[in-house]
Formats: sequence, C-alpha cells, structure tokens
Amino acid sequence: MIKPENQISIPTQLPSGPRLSIPLRFRDRRRVTILLTLAVLGYITLMTLPTMIPSHFKLTEALMSFAENIKIMFLQPRLVNTTFISLLGVLGQSILLAFLTTLIGSVLAFFFALASTRRLAPTSLVLGIQSFMAVIRAIPTVLWVLIYSVVFGLGANAAVVGITFHSVAYLTKVYADSMDELSPEIIETMQAMGLKKSAIIRQAIIPNLIPSYLSWTFIRFEINFADAIAVGAAAGAGGIGYQLFMSSSFYFNFHEVGVMVYMILAFALVLEIISYRLRAVKHQ
Amino acid sequence: MNSNVEEMNDFFTKKRFKLTLLIVILGAAYIGASMGLGFQSHSLLNIQDGIAWLIQNFIPNEASKGYWHEIVQQLLRTFLVAVAATSCAAVISLFLAVIGAKTLTPAITISWVIRGFSSLLRNIPIVAWAMILLFSFKQNDLTGFLALFFMTLGFLTRAFMETIEDFGTEKIQALQATGATYLQVIFQGLLPEIAVALMSWILYMIENNVRDATLVGLLTGTGVGFIFNLYFKSLRYGAAGLVVLSVIILVVTVELISNLIGRLLS
Repeated sequence: MIKPENQISIPTQLPSGPRLSIPLRFRDRRRVTILLTLAVLGYITLMTLPTMIPSHFKLTEALMSFAENIKIMFLQPRLVNTTFISLLGVLGQSILLAFLTTLIGSVLAFFFALASTRRLAPTSLVLGIQSFMAVIRAIPTVLWVLIYSVVFGLGANAAVVGITFHSVAYLTKVYADSMDELSPEIIETMQAMGLKKSAIIRQAIIPNLIPSYLSWTFIRFEINFADAIAVGAAAGAGGIGYQLFMSSSFYFNFHEVGVMVYMILAFALVLEIISYRLRAVKHQ
Repeated sequence: MNSNVEEMNDFFTKKRFKLTLLIVILGAAYIGASMGLGFQSHSLLNIQDGIAWLIQNFIPNEASKGYWHEIVQQLLRTFLVAVAATSCAAVISLFLAVIGAKTLTPAITISWVIRGFSSLLRNIPIVAWAMILLFSFKQNDLTGFLALFFMTLGFLTRAFMETIEDFGTEKIQALQATGATYLQVIFQGLLPEIAVALMSWILYMIENNVRDATLVGLLTGTGVGFIFNLYFKSLRYGAAGLVVLSVIILVVTVELISNLIGRLLS
C-alpha cells in the first residue's frame, strides 16, 4: 500500500538537455537471442568437430575412395544381381507403402486434430492429445517399425503400422495448428445461431482446412516415401530400401546402388514438380 | 418456388454424390494398396498389442541400470554430431543461397545449378548417403556427421533461397540506389531482416537431425542408433527401452528449447 502522504508529490522537472540512455540495440531481445544462439551453436560445433576425426584416420584416402564411389554410382550405373523390372516392382512397393500410410495417417489424424483444436475441444483434451502426440513424434519411425516387427513379425504389417504411427502424430499437430488459424468469431457466430458441432465442423472447419490439408498431406507423403526407403533398409521391411541396403552393404556393388538412386531421384523429381504446381495453384 | 426447391435438392444430391465418389475412390485405393503390399487391415486393430508389448518388455529393469552411463554418453555424442552437422551445413547453404537466389544471383545459370545441386542432395535417400560414406569413412562419427551434413545442406539451401526470394527485389534495389555495394546490401540490408526466419529454419533442422541421427546411427553403427540396435537384437529389451526413453527426453527437450527460442524471437 502506498501511504497517502506519498501519493501527493510535486512532479519534478526533468533536466533539459541531452539525456544519456543505453542504445536501443543492446536491449533488443531478438538480437541478443540470435547472437546467443549462434554463439552456443558455434561453440558446440567447434568443440565437436576435432573430436569426430578418429586417430590413425587417413582423410585423403577416405575422400579419394568416396569420390571414386560417387563416380561409380553416378557415371556407371549397371545392374548385376537384379533386373530392372524387379527393381521397378520394389520401387512400386515403397511408393504404395508411402501412399497407404499417408492415407491411413491423414484420416486418423483428421479426427485427432478435431479433438485437439483449441476452437472446439476443451483445453485439457487439447493438452493431453498434443503431449501424447509429441511423445510419439519423438520416437524415430525406424524404432516404431522395429518394435512392431517383433509383435507382428517382419513384413508389411509392421512397416505400415510403424510409419502410420509417426504420420498420425505429425499430421495431428499440423492439422490442429491449421484449424486453430480459423478465427474464433466464426465459430461463436455459428454457435449463436444454434448450430450443432457437426454442422460447425462441416460448414466452417472443413472448407477452411482443405488447402492446408492438401499441402500438408502431400508434404507428409514425401516424408513417408523417404521413411519407407529408410525403414526398408534399417528394419528389413522390404521395398527399394531393402535392395539398396543389400547392394551396398552385402554385395558392395555401387553400380547397382547408382541405378536405384537414379530411380528414386526420378520419382522424387515427379513429386517435386507436383509440389511446385500445387504451390503455384495456391498462390493464384 | 418449386423450381428453387428442386435446385436445392439437386445441389445437395450432387454434393453427396461427390463425397460418396471420393470415399469410394479412397477406399478402393486403400484396398488396392493393401493387397499390393500384403498388408492385413486387422493389424491396425491390434496396435494395442504393440503398446502392451512395449510396456511389458521395455520398462527399464534393475539390470538395465548398468547401461545408463553408456547410453547417456552415446546420446550426447549423437546430439553433438547432429548440431555440428546442422551448423556447418547452415553456414555453407547460406553462402549458396545468397549467390543462388534469383534476386541476388550474379548469373541465372548459377542459380539453376545451385537449385539442381540442392535438389540432388535432398533427394538422394539418407540410406544411400550412409552406405556410401560407411564404405569410405568406416564406422565412426564422421560418417554420421557427413550423411546428416549432405541432407541438411540440400534442405537448408532450398529453404534459405526461398526465404531470400520472399524478401523481394524492391528493398535490394532501393539499397543499390543509395550506392550500397553488393556486400553491403547483403550484410546490412538482407541478413538483419531475414535473420529470424533463418534461425527458425536452423532450429527446425536441428530438431529433425536429432531424430534422423538415430536412423543414421543404426545404419552406420554409431551413436545411439547403434546401441539401440545392439540391445534390441541381443534381446536386452530393458536396455533398449532405456534408449528409447532417453531419445524421447532428448527430442522433447530440443523441441522445448527451440520453441523457447522461437518465442523469444517473435
């Protein structure tokens, strides 16, 4: 409490003339944050780099062999152990895997997102679902697939469920964030009109969500394709990733790796063109 | 009046038809893809088996306490490698992005070359990177570092390039009109303005790389991915569970820190 006698005070005149103050830029929060973050990152990097190179390591030799392998891969792609047709088949499997997991993931994630958007759901539910999804997201996809390959046995089931887990967690977050962007007034207005929740979802949330839904789902498809390859290699779940792993670490045949990398690049190029088109449509 | 009602009915019939068609197409695609892969849909209903198995077997027990020291050490290595790879890639890709962005490039050919190069780096699967590097650099941290570095370089170059192009040409032209040189335009005009965006890209990449480092480690036999694989394949599930737990803690911590920095930047 301020004592009454202190409340009445005569305003003192500030001395005129130049006032000294700290320059604004030193107090700028952003500037300090960026500089501090960069300093920490730089420090970590400089401390880590020298410790990474093991003793008795011949860097030039390694670089030479690396350049040689890259040359073999890109300039002399050739098949030895498999045929082009069978490789196309396994590439198709990887694509199907990515497609199926994206499909299941986007449908499931849509409902989870409805239950975890601030616009519709109570705060406790939002926090609960979002933190649960954050934990699932924190576990890399490969670990999910490895875990499920013990439960279901190695194969498509484990791969699909494992990749779907991560997709659902990722998509739930981005869909919920997109739904949060809808202004609360629209929903309040509809509630005032006496509309039920299902009507609000159908008439306000879904039409607003469609553009970002499509672009996020497509991004997730690209990620799932990369994951499908990685999972095939690291967890033996089939697809072109498994072939890639076999050729490079069992047969040491980099000619073959080159063919597969070219095939994957070709499909990635198609995806990139589609995403470029989608972005162009969105900007119109 | 009557025709109005009919029109309305027509509208809703069409809408319902479109929705049904979409569901049928997606359903057919789902069935087709499942059959192509040999995926049995009932395993989706059995996902709780996996969770139950996880809870039963992965609870770290008394025996797994002995692994704690090794896990923490490997986890720290993995984190450091991921950060170092991101920072090194960020420095180089900023340089590439500045000379490659359409608004700043000295020649449009350079821009296309850099664009193609970054697309190539990004789209070569990380498995291929890890395997080629493993062959030449053998089983050590440097291999994991380089695999992450190449992927990140491709990704950040494109992201930075798009950020710079969003900056627009007007401000650059205005600065040039005042007589600023090329370097002055970049260091005094461009970088201060896009620093926040670049920072958030770098933080996103660090988060991503910490997760990917596990995969790369699994393939190249280093870091936390390797010890997970080792424990998992030798059926020491308690220890493997401890690895998963520590990965969760690391990733969530990194995410929280990057959110905090993001809030400070906004």
